[in-house]
Amino acid sequence: MAHDVSNVKPGFWGWLNRRLPVEALLKSQVTEYYAPKNFNFWYYFGSLATLVLVMQLFTGIFLAMFYKVGEASAFDSVEFIMREVNYGWLIRYLHSTGASAFFLCIYLHMFRALIYGSYKAPRELLWLFGMIIYLALMAEAFMGYVLPWGNMSFWAATVIINLFGAVPVIGPGLVEWIRGDYGIADSTLNRFFSLHVVALPMVLLLLVALHLMALHEVGSNNPDGIDIKDRKDEKGHPLDGIPFHPYYTVKDLFGVGVFLTLFCIVVFFMPTFGDLLLEKANFEPANPLSTPDPISPSWYFTPYYAILRSFPDKATGAVFMLIAVASFFFLPWLDRSPVRSIRYRGWIYRTFLTLFVLSFLGLMYLGLQPAQGIYVTLSRICCVPYFAFFALMYWYTKWDPVKPVPERVTFHA
Amino acid sequence: MSDAPPATAEANVDGTRRKFLTLATSIVGGVGAVIAVVPFIESWEPSERARALGAPVVVDISKLETGQMITATWRKQVIYIVGRSKALVDKLPANDGELKDASSKNSIQPPYAMNEMRSRRADVLVLIGICTHLGCLPKQFFDPGDPVLGPSWPGGFRCPCHGSKFDLAGRVFNGSPAPTNLSVPPYNFKDEHTLVIGVDNTTSGAA
Repeated sequence: MAHDVSNVKPGFWGWLNRRLPVEALLKSQVTEYYAPKNFNFWYYFGSLATLVLVMQLFTGIFLAMFYKVGEASAFDSVEFIMREVNYGWLIRYLHSTGASAFFLCIYLHMFRALIYGSYKAPRELLWLFGMIIYLALMAEAFMGYVLPWGNMSFWAATVIINLFGAVPVIGPGLVEWIRGDYGIADSTLNRFFSLHVVALPMVLLLLVALHLMALHEVGSNNPDGIDIKDRKDEKGHPLDGIPFHPYYTVKDLFGVGVFLTLFCIVVFFMPTFGDLLLEKANFEPANPLSTPDPISPSWYFTPYYAILRSFPDKATGAVFMLIAVASFFFLPWLDRSPVRSIRYRGWIYRTFLTLFVLSFLGLMYLGLQPAQGIYVTLSRICCVPYFAFFALMYWYTKWDPVKPVPERVTFHA
Repeated sequence: MSDAPPATAEANVDGTRRKFLTLATSIVGGVGAVIAVVPFIESWEPSERARALGAPVVVDISKLETGQMITATWRKQVIYIVGRSKALVDKLPANDGELKDASSKNSIQPPYAMNEMRSRRADVLVLIGICTHLGCLPKQFFDPGDPVLGPSWPGGFRCPCHGSKFDLAGRVFNGSPAPTNLSVPPYNFKDEHTLVIGVDNTTSGAA
């Protein structure tokens, strides 16, 4: 019945809905999408990540109007944007800060999934789509970092592309194919520009659509990790659910307000964030004859970079770096715990998760430090809990002394 | 079946024929689609212009002094040209015990550089100055016992990115992430003071 109203509705709205299921779509996805009523702070970051994606697309479109791709023109055009385009500095800082904000939101969003077991059945596919978004985002960020053609851009491209040289047999040929020349060159910059502004944004949008469709099919998890669909009222709505709109649109809007305030503080007062968001070495043009010393990637890549450097052998380091990222994909099948949420898990899982998060943050810090002495030793130490979290999960989640899960969500009005 | 109204279109279907045609069309179409991808993949290979710019380069080394390094570029790669003293070359075998690939079996070099000094001439070392780990430029630390690298340092190169260390023949030390020695490009000496990078032999006839 509810979806048939368009047949009787008069006026433009009725005319429109007889031709396009606008109202039905809004109802199923927004006004009658029931989400658990006990969402907390950790549930802000999905909507914030979407907001940042939209901001990146918007500021990116404007940057592409002034940026001139090419070995000889790229660096100068970025300086042109910074100094001569009206508000060009603002548009660029919004975009460069947005990249970091995107990763911050995604990491917090992923942490939420870890603590509340949001990747567990029936949300495996939702998690996989999310992980593919994370990979696409890493590629997007890396290629975007190359575009200003500063010296860090050049050497980041060199190091990352050379990682593919570790592939057995086809490695060297593969590296040449990616670069399109015998070194990082104009050809590399041009193809990265195309991928960064056309291909990957389309892929990201498609993946986000799939991520949301998968989410709305299985329903949102919640801090208690219990299925609200198990208990419904006489109308068939979950007893512990509330419509996404207006309840969560309003909650998310509050989050947007706080987020934008913090975001603007960074954009206006500390756009380089002490070398973290924009490095000094990247304000020098690309120079194939001089590697910046020290060299380090953007903060959101440093955990993996630290893992790469922990191994005194190229192939081993590359393989472990790959495993460090790929392990996330297997979480839904590694975790055999009968409960989802950290609230009802036992001390074993809590310990492993705490050590994992600490090692991740530790590696993030260590990846920004030079590759010598104590920093390498500490990176190696951090690798142990990082990999143990995944490698032993199949067993410790089974042995973990879990607590009984309540029938209804915990909610304090 | 028996008293049914006249046979529908569905009943006249030759299932085997339909299956065969569907399969054949899918395979032919699939092969076509795969072949259509080839030009797009190939477009990423170095262009004709990039290949043409990869021609040999000539370097005048008449002013290269012992203990000094000059650089050239060949195929977008930095070429290190180091003037080495006889004393330092004689000391190279002393490093052998600490090297990953002392005899350069797993490294890339022309046959004439697959020796202890990894060069045609003892006094001139020619290397591709690109770390075999991830492609950064190793920096020169030629002084033995360099304060940064400690008293046991025999002199050589150190990569600023991930700390790989190489000796004065570009051979990688144990404990470095770089898997192999620095590569040696093809090169020859047209005469005493002229180095040609990119070809093995230009002495006879060839320009």
